Amino acid sequence: MPVNSDAQGRSYGPHEPYEVSRAKIREFADAVDARSFAHRDVDAAAAEGYSDLVAPTTFAVVIAQRAEFHVVQDPEVGVDFSKVVHADERFTHHRPIVAGDEIATTIHIDKIVSRGGVSTVTTRAELEDLDGGPVATVISTLAVREDA
Amino acid sequence: MSEQDAPTYEGLEKGQVVATREVEFTRDTLVRYAGASGDFNPIHYNDAFAESVGLPGVIAHGMLTMGTAASVVEEWAGPGNVVDFQCRFARPIPVPNPGSAVVTCTATVGALMDEARMARVDVAVELGGQKVLMKAQALVRCA
Repeated sequence: MPVNSDAQGRSYGPHEPYEVSRAKIREFADAVDARSFAHRDVDAAAAEGYSDLVAPTTFAVVIAQRAEFHVVQDPEVGVDFSKVVHADERFTHHRPIVAGDEIATTIHIDKIVSRGGVSTVTTRAELEDLDGGPVATVISTLAVREDA
Repeated sequence: MSEQDAPTYEGLEKGQVVATREVEFTRDTLVRYAGASGDFNPIHYNDAFAESVGLPGVIAHGMLTMGTAASVVEEWAGPGNVVDFQCRFARPIPVPNPGSAVVTCTATVGALMDEARMARVDVAVELGGQKVLMKAQALVRCA
């Protein structure tokens, strides 16, 4: 089954805000081998001009993927997760993410294209702080095979 | 951004290699990334499942590869100074057990934007001489 192209333009959320913790930033920095002490030590982060531990470049995926789950789970969109490959990803940071941030995310289905037995679904996650200030935009494209 | 740690714009040249790193992915690396990111797709830890969906076996998370490439750029750019980073996932990285997959990352200045004082840094990420990421481009704000 191809992905339902009528779902293009849909939005989900924002749901419960994500609270960025020091522990998660350290854990993520270790996992992607981001070596700066500004991801681990509050004094080192302060020396770099940050109010608390600063997140590694792709940390926003932790928050964005939770939001993308609402798209993948929506039966009316029709994404078979066992046939999904990640095609591309882009992070645009409007400001750095630091520990203590509370971030609300709205996910938009920007584009659905079905061609040659593959559907591509492009989503855009807009991450905002609780005052509505933009934090990051995460654009992700999944390729879904249509074969049985 | 962190003014203190940002690279100096003056003196940067297109084609200049700013950072390189050899990265070894093992099953341990994948499990650690799964936990840290919350991406528990079994294709990243369960061979039987991976084979059942047509893969040769367990593969690395594309986002682990991208995140690691970002870390290579960030080591030069300073934490918080990579303002934009994008890539396409060109081919999967099979991670054997036992054993490892060794990936090389080379970050090169691809373009310079005088007005914005930003550098575009292109990251070549290769496994056995073949690119695993395409158009891996970071925008770095310089001092």
